Amino acid sequence: MTDTVPRTVGTQELNRLVVRFAGDSGDGMQLTGDRFTSASALFGNDLATLPEFPAEIRAPQGTLAGVSAFQVQVSDHDITTPGDAPNVLVAMNPAALRKELVHLEFGGTIIVNQDAFIERNLTKAGYDSDPLDDGSLDNYTLFKVPMTTITKEVCKDLGVKPRDAERSKNFFALGLLSWLYNRPAQPTLDWISAKFKRQQLIADANTAAFKAGMAFGETAELFDFTYEVKPAVLEPGTYTNVNGNTALSWGLVAASQQAKVPLFLGSYPITPASDILHELSQRKNFGVRTLQAEDEIAAVCAALGASFGGHLGITTTSGPGIALKGETIGLAVSLELPLLVINIQRGGPSTGLPTKTESADLMQAMYGRHGESPVPIVAAYSPSQCFFAAIEAARIALKYRTPVILLSDGYLANGSEPWLLPDVSTLPDLTVEFATGPNHTEEDGTEVFWPYLRDPETKARPWAVPGTPGLTHRIGGIEKEDGSGNINYEPDNHGYMVKLREERVAHIANDIPPTMLEGDIDDADLLVLGWGSTWGAITSAVMRAREEGRKVAHAHVTHLNPLPKDLGDIVRRYPKVLVPEMNLGQFCRIIRSEFLVDAQSVAKVEGVPFTAAELHSHINGVLDD
Amino acid sequence: MTDVPTTTKADWTSDQEVRWCPGCGDYSILTAVQMLMPDLDVRREDTVFISGIGCAARFPYYMNTYGMHGIHGRAPALATGLAMARPELHVWVVGGDGDMLSIGGNHLLHSLRRNVNLNILLFNNQIYGLTKGQYSPTSEIGKVTKSTPAGSIDEPFNPISVALGAEASFVARTHDMDRQHMMDMFRRAHDFPGAAFVEVFQNCNVFNDGAFGAITKKDKRASMLIPLEHGKPIRFGENNEKGVVINPQGSAEVVDVADVGESALLVHDETRQDPSLAFALSRLSAGPFEPTPIGVYRAVERSEYATEASKQLAMAQEQSGPGDLEALLHSRPTWEVS
Repeated sequence: MTDTVPRTVGTQELNRLVVRFAGDSGDGMQLTGDRFTSASALFGNDLATLPEFPAEIRAPQGTLAGVSAFQVQVSDHDITTPGDAPNVLVAMNPAALRKELVHLEFGGTIIVNQDAFIERNLTKAGYDSDPLDDGSLDNYTLFKVPMTTITKEVCKDLGVKPRDAERSKNFFALGLLSWLYNRPAQPTLDWISAKFKRQQLIADANTAAFKAGMAFGETAELFDFTYEVKPAVLEPGTYTNVNGNTALSWGLVAASQQAKVPLFLGSYPITPASDILHELSQRKNFGVRTLQAEDEIAAVCAALGASFGGHLGITTTSGPGIALKGETIGLAVSLELPLLVINIQRGGPSTGLPTKTESADLMQAMYGRHGESPVPIVAAYSPSQCFFAAIEAARIALKYRTPVILLSDGYLANGSEPWLLPDVSTLPDLTVEFATGPNHTEEDGTEVFWPYLRDPETKARPWAVPGTPGLTHRIGGIEKEDGSGNINYEPDNHGYMVKLREERVAHIANDIPPTMLEGDIDDADLLVLGWGSTWGAITSAVMRAREEGRKVAHAHVTHLNPLPKDLGDIVRRYPKVLVPEMNLGQFCRIIRSEFLVDAQSVAKVEGVPFTAAELHSHINGVLDD
Repeated sequence: MTDVPTTTKADWTSDQEVRWCPGCGDYSILTAVQMLMPDLDVRREDTVFISGIGCAARFPYYMNTYGMHGIHGRAPALATGLAMARPELHVWVVGGDGDMLSIGGNHLLHSLRRNVNLNILLFNNQIYGLTKGQYSPTSEIGKVTKSTPAGSIDEPFNPISVALGAEASFVARTHDMDRQHMMDMFRRAHDFPGAAFVEVFQNCNVFNDGAFGAITKKDKRASMLIPLEHGKPIRFGENNEKGVVINPQGSAEVVDVADVGESALLVHDETRQDPSLAFALSRLSAGPFEPTPIGVYRAVERSEYATEASKQLAMAQEQSGPGDLEALLHSRPTWEVS
């Protein structure tokens, strides 16, 4: 710092910017990325994020295993992915640089915490020589910033413990990036004072570090330009920045409100679903009851017990939990009670990749129970859309008295995007009618209640809640006779009930929206068919291909069981069908067997989402084939 | 509840044909429950029986109340959700030793620990009946069954000790040969505000006949069953000549009253906070061949789970007002695009 007078620095406009923050697990990179994102959201950019962190809370410091990263794309136009290759990499230590450099675009910008590039850290990261000096980064624009030193310096008179001062260096980085990319400072400063209102010294240190980062950018003669990404032209309205798990939780609350049925969540902590339990546990004033159960099985059983009691029973988990809940979901199929089973998918099998994304539980959702045990399946496709997916899954469960599986994944759960807040008065009415009196007359004229006498239209049985006079009845998992619900083991009866349960799910196809279809609907040479979180990457990839003059359409399926009635026509309409999935082609297999079309799978099972660039090249590959 | 209609046993009996083996101990338990119900001042529609899988688990079908026959071992978990959703209901859980101590052991432990307002009846016959005669987690060591032709080699559970170890606040034991005692215990369980655990010695006359005969036969009871009565010295025997003391090592021990004097006997206190004495009593008998205490081991009131959960909801509504969806969606920083 040679000079205290602000320099005049030019500003260049960017249409979009992809920043990747990377550091040790303890460096606060998720927080830094999240704050950069929030400030950008409030500024009015469109954005999408990709948090990536290790499964260990604190892997050994300074190692490659301990690197935690957060990628965000901000833009002045509508975007659907967190970006392919980052333009800027912020690396807080050598391990972060070594692990994350591979993602950076050629010629991209690297900003490092120079203080962390000491021999011990370089060795831990596996560097033989210091990459900051050995010329290996010559193809990039490198900024070496002594973040730790300056942060400690500005904190030294605040009375903060040296360790706390050093920990504030992520706010220095955030301040520097905020200056460099013209992000508004106030939201971050407000957030610091609110977050640390009971720890004034920490608030002071973080504020000082943040301001020092901004001042450094302005005064250190390292940067010739700052950059600006103008607000995006988005649909008018009120926006908030939301991640998938929050949107999904709010959707569940909304469904409970719209149905006027109290929400009961039984859940067992599991990554990446736990945040839904956390969020709903704070919603007690909405009448939300949450039970942190002793295990996954108890969690779903308690939810089903609550459903028997007239609540909207919900359980949230990830794939391993679904495996444990399978028997209870089967019981719910037999009991014909509403139950929402939410799977925030992660990498498998077994413990697999707990903090990484994957969408390989589709077959588990379809067939992961014994016997013929059909369950409707709804899949969310973007972070904010998780809100509506939750409402839709609840609608089906309540109206058709059936367990419903809602699929999200780690990418949607933790990724965030601006959300045009819906007018709550436009949300669907999910009002439920409970049984209030007898529904059957015996031959002798006695009025009785038959628990399995169905509504002819929905094929739903009456929801008769304990406590209601005159409706006492027994239900169970043993095969029963339709109507009376009495135990019945007869061959014909079982055949009838199996087909009835199948039909109960199949006919929901009459009551779901048509397939989302975009692009060259009339004359595409290729249909890209997706489900779940691939929506963003497929949308961007199809757009790029079409900008090159390719004829491509994109269909995205939100209801995986039953499938939309128009899907057969859609997949048969185009010469080629490509199905990108974060699994080895599970949906593709369903499409092929269901519709006898030669759909081709594009699989990526690496714990990270598809990039638009990857899919774009697959699209071109298929079209050129 | 003052306006509960008068009912008879027949009102509580469903129209389903009872399908236990002739001579099964479950019949007498069912009768005891059906006879007790009219005396409990509860409505049929406010009463729910929930079970898992096993012979005992057929119980809900025979009660003319609400009922759910669930899946193996999970009845306490199903019932926990129902009791939390509808705290005003009277929820009974019925299961056997395999159901509740083996496959569903975890749920039993945690429902007792949480003190959910459930009446949990464990029909202990020390055998798997519905699967045709394998040994169970309460079978004695050396049990020869189809699955243990050389004799079982694992230590059995003592259900009373398990319940006490799981922080149960109400723990009792009864047996299927004494209807009045069963009714007394079931009534106590019903009256207790919290998780009430009752072990019922139940004879499986097909696969484990006479397992409890040495202590529950009419002519054996006086000398082999030790009645626990609150506030009274613990005595038993044909002529009330035996008693129970706590020895210097802290264990319960059977003594001749003549040898020690009545004042040396343990006075039973079911309300004692510290469960050690109740636990000591549960260890008095190594199995149904030694003098065995029956009655209420422990009845210590503490916070009931569903009530506490409801209180938190009420408090949240008092503090933040009833939920407002519009406000929730706008609860984080927002911005306008025009």
